[in-house]
Amino acid sequence: MPDSQDATSNPRPASAGAANAGEAAGANSPAVEFRDIDIAYGKFVAVRDFSLSIAKGSFVTLLGPSGCGKTTILRSIAGLVDISGGQIMIDGRRVDDVPIYKRNIGLVFQSYALFPHKTVFDNVAFGLKYRNVPKPEIVRRVGKALEMVRLPGSEKKLPSQLSGGQQQRIALARAIVFEPQVLLLDEPLSALDANMREEMRVEIKKIQKETGITAIFVTHDQEEALSMSDRIVVMNQGAVEQIGTPQQVYDTPATAFVADFLGKANMLAGTVSASATAVLLATGQTVNVACPRPLAQGSKVTVVVRPQKLSVGAAAGANVLSGRVVSASYLGGSAIYEIDIGGKANIRANAPISGRVLREGEPIDLGFDPGDCVLLDEAGQRIS
Amino acid sequence: MKLGRRQEGRWAWRLTGFVTLCVYIFMFAPIVATVILSFNASMFGGFPMTGFSLQWYGKLMANEQVLTAFRTSLWIALVTSAVTTAIGVVTAFALVRFEFPGKQALSTLVILPALVPETILGVGLLVLIKAIDQPRTMLLLVLGHILLAVPYVVLITQARMVGIRRVYEEAALSLGASRFSSFREITLPLLIPAVVGGALLAFTISFDNTSASLFWRPAGVETMPTQILSMLKISISPEINALGTVMILVTVGIPLVGGLILQSLTRLKRRDQPKEETL
Repeated sequence: MPDSQDATSNPRPASAGAANAGEAAGANSPAVEFRDIDIAYGKFVAVRDFSLSIAKGSFVTLLGPSGCGKTTILRSIAGLVDISGGQIMIDGRRVDDVPIYKRNIGLVFQSYALFPHKTVFDNVAFGLKYRNVPKPEIVRRVGKALEMVRLPGSEKKLPSQLSGGQQQRIALARAIVFEPQVLLLDEPLSALDANMREEMRVEIKKIQKETGITAIFVTHDQEEALSMSDRIVVMNQGAVEQIGTPQQVYDTPATAFVADFLGKANMLAGTVSASATAVLLATGQTVNVACPRPLAQGSKVTVVVRPQKLSVGAAAGANVLSGRVVSASYLGGSAIYEIDIGGKANIRANAPISGRVLREGEPIDLGFDPGDCVLLDEAGQRIS
Repeated sequence: MKLGRRQEGRWAWRLTGFVTLCVYIFMFAPIVATVILSFNASMFGGFPMTGFSLQWYGKLMANEQVLTAFRTSLWIALVTSAVTTAIGVVTAFALVRFEFPGKQALSTLVILPALVPETILGVGLLVLIKAIDQPRTMLLLVLGHILLAVPYVVLITQARMVGIRRVYEEAALSLGASRFSSFREITLPLLIPAVVGGALLAFTISFDNTSASLFWRPAGVETMPTQILSMLKISISPEINALGTVMILVTVGIPLVGGLILQSLTRLKRRDQPKEETL
């Protein structure tokens, strides 16, 4: 957690999604709705002015670096963290004062948190037992849930006899077996090894679709966020930076933070020159950009280009910049180049290989299409 | 040179072994002597033994005073153990899981009786009782023993409690268990080794206690240790050796048996589970 907050940093875009403000509980109200949530621990403000409305059956990811407040938000839905201001609604019902055990939410933890002294069956049945489900029905539903997570017949095992991936599947089964209104997943994949992580990613998404449950997923891994979500909420320092579909946040980052956090975009500082679509870069070159509105001459802007949008060598057609290769990584189908074009930071390009892979120190041309960049103003906000 | 060093090393090991042996003899010889001499046929306790006999145990069984003292000690130890364990678990839970004003002060206060010399504590409680004009009763004696045992039980339980991650309780709550249910179903079972350990320790602390009991016991009441002391005033009879052996059996045997039971319980539970198969 950052110990200080820069309250005067960028004004945040308050695009809180389509607010379905219907007060009455019913089929039309969003599954979860946050209204101007503030969460503070003493003097430290973990989350400020957070508003979000989550449609039923959707998969929403809270994405951000550690300490950005995403886990705090998740825990506030569960009732594990008290909010200092605002309202939280689940299915149109205000839950701020409802104790955690009456909220009917499913929670999956990073560390699985399976009860070590209880068998898989008792773990999964735990939530049903407290909902007074009759015993035969419990047996049936636990069996069904275990089938869903592809671990049928594991009822009698103890958690210590399962691998990490298996434990996380049981944890998932335990959280969905009683059909909660919302499924909360707190970095559920980060304790797994890389292979298992990818497998579980697909599996969680599949189960979410099958059950139609509303899921809120917290992660700091952009790949997880992009591959799994219907919508992504990018957070930084306790506030929302951008809300949108994976493609929206990736292709048109709203702020410099989003551009940098998702996919490490190249940021080229420059000034708008004589022509309203030309930008004179700090490194001396001039590039043409496509901008939604005319730019004021002399205003400072940042040109954001994704590494994948840069073409190198002979393929560089428009906006050609020359530089030298600092490093090259061969990835099979493509190569990643770090290129020095004279600026403070190196440019990163991920380009398909035509001919041979250039070596360190060799001169290289790179270019991008005017339409393949995003412009940010001086405050780091996207110009739209 | 190399050989010399190896020789040196061997001597160092022999010396270490010898010193260790001496320490063990010093520690256990009195106990062993007591046990062996309790089977001595002779009237006068001491080596060489004149023959094997169980007569002192027989005499012990017939000694109404000793039997009463034994029963008294047993009851006090059992009550102390039960009450102390309950207090200890609740206190440790509060100290580890909650933030409240005066938490630091409480955690120090709870440990304090273990740090204050027992005699001082004994006199202190006695003075207090006199000051408020109350008689010395069995209740006072039991309360005193609880006071002595609580620090150890709290320390043991606290150590275990710290190791139980809060996330288990959070998971239970999120699944619909109330705070009490989650404590009963999750926290307490995970705490059991510390609870059993604490209960056994409290039992032995109470059963063994001599100095504080001397101050606190009501007139005419003897516990096992005070009974032995008063018997010693008259003579060193072999009967005391037999009594000592019984004491050793109780105070060493109970924790030992408790530990074994706990161990075999967990082992049984594990054996009940099918072996892991790759799924």
